[in-house]
Amino acid sequence: MRISELANPSRFLRVANLAIPWLGGATVIVFAYAIYRAMLAPDDYQQGATVKIMFLHVPSAWLGMLCWGLMTVAALGTLVWRHPLADVTAKAAAPLGAAFTLLCLVTGSLWGRPEWGTYWVWDARLTSELILFLLYLGVIALWRTVEDPSRAARGVAILTLVGAVDLPIIKFSVDWWNTLHQGTSVFRLGGSTIDSTILVPLLLMAAAFTLLFVTLLLAAMRNEILRRRVRTLRLLQASAAG
Amino acid sequence: MQAPAHIAFIAAAYGAGIVVVAALIAWVMLDYRLQRRILAELETKGVSRRSAREPELTASEDR
Repeated sequence: MRISELANPSRFLRVANLAIPWLGGATVIVFAYAIYRAMLAPDDYQQGATVKIMFLHVPSAWLGMLCWGLMTVAALGTLVWRHPLADVTAKAAAPLGAAFTLLCLVTGSLWGRPEWGTYWVWDARLTSELILFLLYLGVIALWRTVEDPSRAARGVAILTLVGAVDLPIIKFSVDWWNTLHQGTSVFRLGGSTIDSTILVPLLLMAAAFTLLFVTLLLAAMRNEILRRRVRTLRLLQASAAG
Repeated sequence: MQAPAHIAFIAAAYGAGIVVVAALIAWVMLDYRLQRRILAELETKGVSRRSAREPELTASEDR
């Protein structure tokens, strides 16, 4: 089956119904192993045990940005190609991205208090991440405000494309400005600055979170397709009654 | 055994992680049940899509 054939919602539902249980099982297995490895990871020589917050904070930050990137591709799909699943993807992804970005902000604050002596500072990285969270809330509010899904999709797509400007700002904020937040330490030229005893559990947790995200996204897309079927049936019912 | 320093911050972070992940899983599962139940109710009332009577759905009909 070609990927483009999944554009048909009925075919997508069949594939999603098959894939979700397997992806869910894989998520549980990878999470179990990742948490086991995270528990065995040694304390950092400077930060002590608080480094374990990184195993939640970093994957949730990556997913918050990955999700907006996915929504940006979906926005192009809505505006340019009018792909049938593009706005379904964008609508299903927004609450997931908001949740992971919120988790990033909360865990970051809880990590910041013992390390920096404060829960929050208005530095570039933290502020741009907060803006991403507010953008997610804006997208969710826009979906709920406009009743017609295809009209809402166009407005959301434009907001998503504008909001994508925030992604490079988040990524490079630690290079462009002096921030309290540490610089890039995982994916950088010259290799990671993190020791493998901490890096491996971090990458395993990232893989587990990504599997969780894909599983939840497929499930939320399935729900959105069903919700649109409900809407179509109710419109048919109303027109038949009228 | 001595508890690591700042254990409350670590526990609070993992607690937040559990709450967020559990909320997301509950949201998709409950929403799926709700949509399936509403669809079943509508179908028992005899409301069905034209495409449901055809062998394959066209992409535009679900938009």
